[in-house]
Amino acid sequence: MSDQLQQYHDHADLAPGDEEAGSIGSKLLGYVVGLGLAILLTATSFFIAGTNLVWQPSIPVAIIVLAIGQMGVHLVFFLHITTGADNTNNVLALAFGLLIVFLVIGGSLWIMSNLNHNMMPMDQIMQMQR
Amino acid sequence: MTDATLAFAQGGSQHLAGTATIVHDGPASKRIVTGYGFWIFLLSDIIMFSCFFAAYAVLVGQTAGGPHGSQLFDLRSVAAETGLLLLSSFTCGLASIAAGVRNERWFQAAMAATCVLGLAFLALEGREFASLVAQGAGPTRSAFLSSFFSLVGCHGMHVSAGILWLLTMMAQVFAKGFRADIQRRLLCFALFWHALDIIWVAVFSVVYLLGSAV
Repeated sequence: MSDQLQQYHDHADLAPGDEEAGSIGSKLLGYVVGLGLAILLTATSFFIAGTNLVWQPSIPVAIIVLAIGQMGVHLVFFLHITTGADNTNNVLALAFGLLIVFLVIGGSLWIMSNLNHNMMPMDQIMQMQR
Repeated sequence: MTDATLAFAQGGSQHLAGTATIVHDGPASKRIVTGYGFWIFLLSDIIMFSCFFAAYAVLVGQTAGGPHGSQLFDLRSVAAETGLLLLSSFTCGLASIAAGVRNERWFQAAMAATCVLGLAFLALEGREFASLVAQGAGPTRSAFLSSFFSLVGCHGMHVSAGILWLLTMMAQVFAKGFRADIQRRLLCFALFWHALDIIWVAVFSVVYLLGSAV
């Protein structure tokens, strides 16, 4: 019974931002790896934005993908939001947040471009109101 | 305790031992509850930022005959700001490690470095805003510039608030040491600072890089 309780405690939840127990060295390594990856992704983004080496229409997509990748790096290595069993609540909250973010940004762009497309040019509207 | 309750207690524990997979050990620790609550706050903050991003994305073409982003943005300055904020996130992580092992000297040094990097970021951003206004491209020039200033300015306000919080935490650790409640505040501060960096990733990608590329 007490063994099982102990086991249960070992698998207790983690607060967001808390790492699983480890030595200072391993924690430091995590931050160093995160910083390295983040710098790599940032440098790639800035390089791609100003280069002629890649097909031009692919640049915006590449920048967005790199940004999403870098946000993932930050989440895992700096905020310690992982897919571990002790992190389920944090990940679910994040997933819900992302759903709302997607709805707000995607929905706004969709509706506004639709309105833009269907609306008369502004000078014609002004003339009709005279 | 009467015999009856004793027997009940024994029976109860036997019953528990039989179905030991269902173990309820009460509410989660305060650290988890506080951290989780603050995580929810951060997510709602990110949702607020998503509204600013949506406004910016809708208004990015509405320049009212004024300058476009590609004519205004200085990518070298943006790269420097990004580097400063990334490094400050790293030193904030070092401060978290130092707080975990209760090493006050390293903690204060890492927090001071975070503060200096954050202030340098704000100085660069302030210089950029001042030069835009001086060029006649202030927030009143066009809908595009209004949304640009409110989005980037909102992030800058968060960084300013974060620096005030950072200084408060340095003072609290200095005065009170690494008490459990101080450690919880440090956890929340670290989450806040790292989340600001995530938002900055979206800002420099969507506003500056896409704005200059298109």
